[in-house]
Amino acid sequence: MLETARQYRRNEKSPVEETRAFLEKIRRDPFNAFITIDEAGAIRDAQAAEENLKSPEAGALTGIPVAIKDNICTRGVRTTCASKILSDFVPTYDATVVKRLKDQGAVILGKTNLDEFAMGSTTTSSLAGPTRNPLDPSRTPGGSSGGSGAAVAAGLCAGALGSDTGGSIRMPASFCGITGLKPTYGSVSRYGLVAFASSLDQIGPMAPTARDAAVLFDAIKGHDPLDSTSVPRDYGPTDLDGIDLKDLRIGVPEEFFGEGLNPEVKAAVRSGIETLEDMGARVVEIGLPHVRYGVAVYYIVATAEASSNLARYDGVRYGLRARDVRELGDMYARTRAGGFGDEVRRRIMLGTYALSAGYYDAYYRKASQVRTLIAEDFRRAFSLCDIIAGPTTPVTAFRLDEMIDDPLSLYLLDIYTIPANLAGLPAISIPCGFDSLGLPVGMQLMAPHFREDLLLGAGISFQERTACHREGP
Amino acid sequence: MKAYDTVIGLEVHAQLLTRTKIFCGCSTRSGLPPNTNTCPVCTGMPGVLPVLNRKVVDFGIMLGLATGCRIAPRCIFARKNYFYPDLPKGYQITQYEHPLCEGGTIRIETGQGVKRIGITRIHMEEDAGKTIHDEKAPYSYVDYNRAGVPLLEIVSEPEITSTDEAVAYLRELRQILMYLGICDGNMEEGSLRCDANVSVKPAGSSRYGTRTELKNMNSFRNVQKALEYEIERHIGIRESGHEVVQETLLWDPSRGVTVSMRSKEESHDYRYFPEPDLVPVEIGEAWIDGLRSGLPELPFARRKRFSGQYGLPAYDAGVLTQTKALADYYEEGVRLLDRPKEISNWIMTEVMRILNEKGIPITGLNVSPAMLTGLIALIGGGSISGSMAKDVFAEMAATGDSAESIVERRGIGQISDETELLSLAREIIDAHPDEARRYRSGKAGLLGFFVGKLMKATRGEANPKLASKIMKELLEG
Repeated sequence: MLETARQYRRNEKSPVEETRAFLEKIRRDPFNAFITIDEAGAIRDAQAAEENLKSPEAGALTGIPVAIKDNICTRGVRTTCASKILSDFVPTYDATVVKRLKDQGAVILGKTNLDEFAMGSTTTSSLAGPTRNPLDPSRTPGGSSGGSGAAVAAGLCAGALGSDTGGSIRMPASFCGITGLKPTYGSVSRYGLVAFASSLDQIGPMAPTARDAAVLFDAIKGHDPLDSTSVPRDYGPTDLDGIDLKDLRIGVPEEFFGEGLNPEVKAAVRSGIETLEDMGARVVEIGLPHVRYGVAVYYIVATAEASSNLARYDGVRYGLRARDVRELGDMYARTRAGGFGDEVRRRIMLGTYALSAGYYDAYYRKASQVRTLIAEDFRRAFSLCDIIAGPTTPVTAFRLDEMIDDPLSLYLLDIYTIPANLAGLPAISIPCGFDSLGLPVGMQLMAPHFREDLLLGAGISFQERTACHREGP
Repeated sequence: MKAYDTVIGLEVHAQLLTRTKIFCGCSTRSGLPPNTNTCPVCTGMPGVLPVLNRKVVDFGIMLGLATGCRIAPRCIFARKNYFYPDLPKGYQITQYEHPLCEGGTIRIETGQGVKRIGITRIHMEEDAGKTIHDEKAPYSYVDYNRAGVPLLEIVSEPEITSTDEAVAYLRELRQILMYLGICDGNMEEGSLRCDANVSVKPAGSSRYGTRTELKNMNSFRNVQKALEYEIERHIGIRESGHEVVQETLLWDPSRGVTVSMRSKEESHDYRYFPEPDLVPVEIGEAWIDGLRSGLPELPFARRKRFSGQYGLPAYDAGVLTQTKALADYYEEGVRLLDRPKEISNWIMTEVMRILNEKGIPITGLNVSPAMLTGLIALIGGGSISGSMAKDVFAEMAATGDSAESIVERRGIGQISDETELLSLAREIIDAHPDEARRYRSGKAGLLGFFVGKLMKATRGEANPKLASKIMKELLEG
């Protein structure tokens, strides 16, 4: 990304040519990474960028072609959430992150595929069909931001935005061998992100390198008066030269290396941690005793919020409306039964149940309390270490025809990513090695609130030392 | 028939007079064409987020202070989930577990004296849109202009024991809201809405009867009639040996009956949970103190003060304090002219008559307090008579001119010129020799006859006291 920006400035490349080249690749994309391609808009953005490049205001993103997950609103460009219920929905406004990218000259190529309403880990439940992993098209790219992950991995864009509620950025980053950052809750505006679980959702960058992810993160972060949960504070720029890992304390929780972790993933992550040690970091053993409840807590909190957030898709104002209905109740029932897929319906039902009279205390309130305990675990851990390291996912990308059809097993894929969402912490997935099939393994680093600088800095330094983020299978 | 105690609790929704809606920048103006006063936030488009209008919290704190509530140092919003077309998000943002205000009272006055009615809670929430059903077409329409207009919900304790108390409570609450300037109090237009929980129990029993909830009472009269009807209905059911069924009922004002809307089984499970899109509202002492210092004197206190300070009857004090503006008008008048009862009389008769005729508030009256007291001063000084002053006042209200200039323009100053009156009086006595003789022989009551003739001769412009004195002197002299 930075290299492209330099080439633009030296007139070795032009944004319009670059954009056309990306659009051409997207048209021939065999991985189904995109739901909507905005060719006219992209060319228009690129032409504007060419003009802007002549002015001193041109920034690192001027003319850089990026892709946006299709649950982030783009004015005038269809935003479907990969759902039948929003298949024709065209927002009248830009999400704050989209506005910020546009303001900084980025070229928006189109909207990337996802699991319906970002609920899933495989990018298979999309109305637009599954996305395939560019590293092995018989496999899943992970999810739910699998379209953004595949687009970055296949070189269909310079970088992309994803959203992460329980691992939806980090998991596809891990499966696709790229870098993905889930920022601190409140550091990136959610305005315009179609809500799945409001207290967990965060938008973040997905890019070939930690440095590119940092450029994107710097562009989208910051307080937004339109999002009450966005935190007003001084957001300085990230140091793109990386950080000195000397004396950095790396906390390794035993809970992240237990049962269910694929041994090859374990080995690759261990070697990643050893690399950090070689670079001067110190490993400390830490405990996160409550994270084992993370998945259970997550599937109560996230589904409860989702059941409410998705109530607005009722066929009254926009989106799908069932035809030839008898009365109001019939319209609701048939619109929603016909508009939502199985997994979305399952989660709405779960969440509705968890909030029901007589069950609230046993489920939602209890889950909220355990959530506080998990956050407390991290607070204690970060008094002993600066960064927590572990695997992003327990396995590498699996074959689409070996798709796990048991929802519970699928939910366990998020076991290492969910705690950061519950605690609102920033977490990054960076490639740290490969399994015996040559599939990438992601290492997850977590930091205290608003310490993305540590994660991106460590990622940049790590990637200067290793080559796995550049290697294919 | 056995004796029954009535138990009523009221839930009042007050639409707030903020400039913008509670969670977006749309205006709160009503009467605009459907769906023109909306934005992505208040129509619940995908991806939008609410941002709290601080003014709504201000208004809620003000009402809380005015009713002696505890103001929560930290209050949170909650989602109330249910499906209805006029509810854009499929949930209403309201408050549930941690409301803004709790534990206050409102003092009411009925024929039985003063009573305190407890306020359980006051919380903030957003209004919904309006569904419009077309009888002819197979469609319904939804107008979201009202969606997101801020409301305060004021919940009373079930301490109201009669329809009179219920109406008194509602009137007092409405007056407080209007004194604070946070609600226009218009029940017919729905800016003040009242729901009631009603039950009856055998007199003296401590066990509550089954309650029903009443909706759709959009005037004081309807509140009174609906409650009376419902209480009678409850008693009738019990007297006939049946059980009251817990349900929600709508008042049908045209038929004068309550109609079942939904039973307990059909009642919604609102699945309340804390609104994750909003952060808790932290309310420090400084915030509260700032609002407390700006609170006006409240209706109850002002009524009491008017009685005490100006020696007014309770009735006068009640009328004069109906609105803050009227009470201010009165007090400005008294400040200018220390004749509190006279000014009160003028306001309660002539001023109120003009206001009612024109359908305007006191602030729309052409006659300032200074102009009114100017007029009253002219009467006191003997320049014009009381009956003439009423005409002058009507002209003041019509033209906005001062009493002095109207009196001068119309040349209707009282005739206080003794020479002129003397010659007129002589003519009258000469024209009525019989009456003059009878007066002089002791028929003193005939003085009125002569004074009346003199007043008539001057078209009422004679100073009545002077006319009487001159007549008496001439007849007896």
